Amino acid sequence: MSATDPSILAKSAMLSRLRDAKPQAMAKENLRYPVWQDNDKQLQQQRFMAGLSANHAEVICISSLAIADTIEKVLINQQCKHVILGSACDHTACDNVSYACRKGEFYPQILEGTRDINVLVFDTDVDEIKSTLFNDIDAGITHSLAGIADTGTLVLWPDRAEPRTLSLIPPCHIALIKRSAIVSNFAELMAEKAWQQQMPTNIVLISGPSKTADIQQTLAYGAHGPRQLVVILIEDM
Amino acid sequence: MSHSSAGPEHFHAQARSALGDPQLRQNFRGAMDYLQDKRKSAFFDPVEEAQLRDLSAAIRQRCLSKLPQLLEQLEANCTRNGIEVHWAENDKEANDIIASIAQRHNAKSIVKGKSMVSEEIELNHEMAKLGIECLESDMGEYIVQLDGDKPSHIIMPAIHKNKQEVSDTFALHLDDFEPTVDVDELIQTGRSHLRQKFHDADIGLSGVNFAVAETGTLCLVENEGNGRMCTTVPKVHIAITGIEKVVEFLADVPPLFNVLTRSATGQAVTTYFNMISSPRKNGELDGPLEVHLVLLDNGRSQAYQDEEMRKTLQCIRCGACMNHCPVYTRVGGHAYGTVYPGPIGQIISPHIMGLEKTKDLVTASSLCGACGEVCPVRIPIPEMLQRLRTHAKNPPKADIMPLKGQASGASTLESWVMKGFVLAATSPKIYHSATWSLSKLNAFMPNHIGPWTQCRTSPKPADKTLHQLIKIRHKKKSDKP
Ligand code: SF4
Repeated sequence: MSATDPSILAKSAMLSRLRDAKPQAMAKENLRYPVWQDNDKQLQQQRFMAGLSANHAEVICISSLAIADTIEKVLINQQCKHVILGSACDHTACDNVSYACRKGEFYPQILEGTRDINVLVFDTDVDEIKSTLFNDIDAGITHSLAGIADTGTLVLWPDRAEPRTLSLIPPCHIALIKRSAIVSNFAELMAEKAWQQQMPTNIVLISGPSKTADIQQTLAYGAHGPRQLVVILIEDM
Repeated sequence: MSHSSAGPEHFHAQARSALGDPQLRQNFRGAMDYLQDKRKSAFFDPVEEAQLRDLSAAIRQRCLSKLPQLLEQLEANCTRNGIEVHWAENDKEANDIIASIAQRHNAKSIVKGKSMVSEEIELNHEMAKLGIECLESDMGEYIVQLDGDKPSHIIMPAIHKNKQEVSDTFALHLDDFEPTVDVDELIQTGRSHLRQKFHDADIGLSGVNFAVAETGTLCLVENEGNGRMCTTVPKVHIAITGIEKVVEFLADVPPLFNVLTRSATGQAVTTYFNMISSPRKNGELDGPLEVHLVLLDNGRSQAYQDEEMRKTLQCIRCGACMNHCPVYTRVGGHAYGTVYPGPIGQIISPHIMGLEKTKDLVTASSLCGACGEVCPVRIPIPEMLQRLRTHAKNPPKADIMPLKGQASGASTLESWVMKGFVLAATSPKIYHSATWSLSKLNAFMPNHIGPWTQCRTSPKPADKTLHQLIKIRHKKKSDKP
């Protein structure tokens, strides 16, 4: 960029106009954020499930022994013939973040649950599988990093092991989440895990299948993202 | 059918024609009732609602109070994360920036998520001149674009159409479409037409709901997943935002997100909340290789000059003010002739377009206060409309920066009438003789006085003035034994 780059000129003009207004910097307010909060694990789980169900997601509660069987059943139910998976997490990408990344934790069970159908493992540049991903895949399976009880929301932290499009392009998204990963609300999650210290490329909060009410306020599912969201909640405590 | 308008200068004519369109009025009435109900049930506890709005207003005010620092911090952190930041004074500069990124990549197609700022700079139009196709991918925007039309609402762009009209639009523009009023089928039609576009597009463009200075993160709120498509699938992602959208801390985001979804559509949460902090990193397998952020001023720094007007910039674009505005509900979004319609449009458009063009808009309010009552960040819209009305009529006072187009609505007749009134009202002699002669001349009062008598009877001065009546009463009292 040269010194006469219009963007640089624009920047200094804009900033100097804003500074000319001599704004008085205000301190951080001391106000309460009235948001749903409860430390009761049972209540959290109920609220989490109710929120997701109200938003048209299917939630299945199981013990960790039943993962493979459940995945198999869901895939049959959804008539999925081609499924895409992440790769087992090598944890290098998560070492930087202050998060006990559990990606890949249930990878063996996922492989077992999908052994009878066509599996594509997402371990190459998206360009190499883009057309297949768009046209042939019925479902993508991911882990979830956390759950937000307040709104019934899954938190995904895509990375090399589980790329972003895995939960976006296939018409069905199957997400695994552990009971212990559910927290009260979004603010609490951010604060607890000190997200502000380091943000990854992408974090996405998901609260149901893709939807729109753009035509005459009538709710329709499967606008551009997955039409189905199946959440497998693993009772680990 | 296109409802598009010629611009805010023609507000009166456009409003008149909208009022004469029963279908349009029915579509808006239905939609606004629905959105009002949804918002009401989302905020069922008034105490909680008040606390949340106080907090949101305070967050937005604090962030604006540090705007220049926060913009620099945002740029520094984005740059550190690998996001390239560009600054644009106006629509032309913003379009130049986007065009040069597109040309550098030899791009032929841009697929767009919802972005009102891109409407503001008329991006689609400008890119078309360069042979670059911009395709709207939000369902509502897609429908509106097929019509060659513009959005009529900032959250629900195709709100002015019912399902039959959408079906007609598809039938007109899409091959192999079987007319239907089944909304699921209509949406699936849109979905399948856009899928290949996401796959093929060279560039994805999006707006920004919150830009976090602390971490250099761009947050996007949506339900459809097209926003995620645009920001994930193409090799290049360009985000464009007004400079006011920056927030200081990551912790500012949850309350604002909460209040935004509940005010806009009455949802506790949207399907997706997307936080983007960098382009694809080494080793990652998807996501854009380049992310650009364009920061647009376009009149916002004018609104910033004055502490009261600065509140305009607190807006989080939820649309609640338009959903509750009796004027918007009746005339619809296109009548305003601006990118942002309704109450928020009435207070932001004068800064973007100048008061010459928007002086009628600021009068298009009953000042009933509904907009201010629902605004989640407590923008005092009615007060600001009154301010803008004054500025439209009067020249600036010394040492205050004039607004673009200030005093362009001044009328010599009006100002003489006002001066005359001031003179009469402050001098008893003139006042008494004027009221006395009015009471004598009341028979000559015309039956029609301009628009005033369109739906009112003409006012008739009383036979006696108030002073005369009081005198008579006093006299009667003292006459009594
Ligand atoms: S002015 Fe207030 S109510 Fe209107 S869109 Fe902005 S934030 Fe929402």
